[in-house]
Amino acid sequence: MSELYDVNVGEQLPKLATGILGFDDIAAGGLPQGRATLLTGSSGSCKTLFSVQFLYESITLFDEGAVFITLEETPAEIMKNVKSFGWDLRKLVDSNKLAFVDASPEPGESTSVVGEYDFSALLARIEHAAKRVNATRVAIDSLSAIFSQFSDSRHVRSELFRVTAGLKKMGLTSIITAERSDEYGDISRYGVEEFVSDNVIVLRNVAEAERRRRTVEVLKFRGAGHQKGEYPFTLTGNGIEVLPLSALELTMPSSEVRLSAGNPDLDRMCGGGFFRDSIIMASGATGTGKTLLVTTYLNDGCMKGERTLVYAFEESRDQLLRNARGWGMDFSRWEKEGLLKIVCAYPEIRSLPDHLLSMKAEIEEFKPNRIAIDSLSAMERVSVGKSFSEFVIGITSFIKHKETAGLFTVVPSSMHSVTSVSESHISSLTDSIILLRYVELMGQMRRGLTVLKMRGSAHEKEIREFTINDKGMHIGDQFHNVGGILTGAPMHIISGESDKLSGMFQK
Amino acid sequence: MGYILKLYITGQTVNSVRAMENLKEICSGLAKDYELRIIDILKDPQLAEDDKIIATPTLVKELPPPLRKIIGDLSNTEKVLLGLDLVHKKEK
Repeated sequence: MSELYDVNVGEQLPKLATGILGFDDIAAGGLPQGRATLLTGSSGSCKTLFSVQFLYESITLFDEGAVFITLEETPAEIMKNVKSFGWDLRKLVDSNKLAFVDASPEPGESTSVVGEYDFSALLARIEHAAKRVNATRVAIDSLSAIFSQFSDSRHVRSELFRVTAGLKKMGLTSIITAERSDEYGDISRYGVEEFVSDNVIVLRNVAEAERRRRTVEVLKFRGAGHQKGEYPFTLTGNGIEVLPLSALELTMPSSEVRLSAGNPDLDRMCGGGFFRDSIIMASGATGTGKTLLVTTYLNDGCMKGERTLVYAFEESRDQLLRNARGWGMDFSRWEKEGLLKIVCAYPEIRSLPDHLLSMKAEIEEFKPNRIAIDSLSAMERVSVGKSFSEFVIGITSFIKHKETAGLFTVVPSSMHSVTSVSESHISSLTDSIILLRYVELMGQMRRGLTVLKMRGSAHEKEIREFTINDKGMHIGDQFHNVGGILTGAPMHIISGESDKLSGMFQK
Repeated sequence: MGYILKLYITGQTVNSVRAMENLKEICSGLAKDYELRIIDILKDPQLAEDDKIIATPTLVKELPPPLRKIIGDLSNTEKVLLGLDLVHKKEK
């Protein structure tokens, strides 16, 4: 996997794991060890939280002491702010694991400058604190505050350069935060990057379509590899969690085991059923039978004693149970037996990255053999920018990694169209695609079904007619004398013409 | 009530030495009694914590209130007096 990175693994500088969930994946191991890394972001981009988490994990995960140099907030404020994550910094301070170097401005205090000065005092205090708690990691938050105290920013820059050089000399791995005014502009105010330019991480908090999207980007690690681009992160009960989506490797195990969709005809059309670790997309307009497909697929799993998990983003639990009952399937029983778990939620209740996290947690906990999402299009409704495709990549890779089959339904944007935005996003990520379509024929609405794609297996290419009654879905014969079903404009081909057409290919 | 002054330095650097010399000169002209403590942060880093010292030299006027700080080698006597709210004999 070295080709993903800037340089060969052999030449890489050693990295220090941060313990921040997902971050070490995109940072290819962590922060460059013994170096200073600049962490920039606009106000409210979680710079302080990132720094505190870096130190907190250092102590709790790796049992290595840490020093927090605060130039902005008081230690008391910081301790209070991170309490909600269950981080008891006071305890760490008392047990000599964490040390604060408090250089926050005293409110109402006036400081004037007369003559030459340097920042040896700050460095001496850091060194003292680092020795006291046996620190390997430090964070300075935030440099911008120091610039507002001193008018001669050139002198301050060169002094800060000495401080960072001093940290390096002590062998400390450090995060230095700095404010930036624009999300996509200069790296930081006051040209801070000039003296900690080796490694830069950018945190962003961008408003898109009335929603906030937080991302982290490793801009550069000199002499060390990392993933490129912005990765979404979100705040959980445990602090920052980065979603390392495309950093996931495509090394999921591939299974030959097939699952039944609960419908023998459909299984036959798919060449024997769905693969156990595959993602199946069922695309169809409203009322074409997507939910029935999902219900049958889940019911088949439950009947075989498999654990199944369904996300219903458009229907309530009661509706789902009632529908299943209507088709002769007893979902309440499966629920009682612990084989079926129904999660109903409006997509609007949280952002997509948060949905992804909670779904991962549920899957991790319930350990289902089959998962269904009905429908994925509902999630698209609440997505902004790239967040939908990131969500789809995130959930598909996670599900496949668990060797679980996932059936996702999507609604095309118009009644007849072949593609919708979601389909174009996810069709390449799915292993199988089943199309359900309305076919208007001679004044009647009929339904057609076809297997468009079945990765790694032969499948039927016919478009078959199907009907739905109180026993479920019944797949019948191929449509005869009709063309253009998938284009949304079916055309009846008169018999004489169809004979002629078939005759054209006979020798 | 006299003045209580603290001068924070880091070892015998050029700035530290210059600040000590300048301060001696300034203090000799003060209208009131004064108590001066010189604190070397390299020797006693813990002492710098309470006053949140980041730059040296820093002169702190602890008493009488309000607390005032001046950063630098104190090379301009008038600015120091003004900044710390100190009174010189001749101004009396």
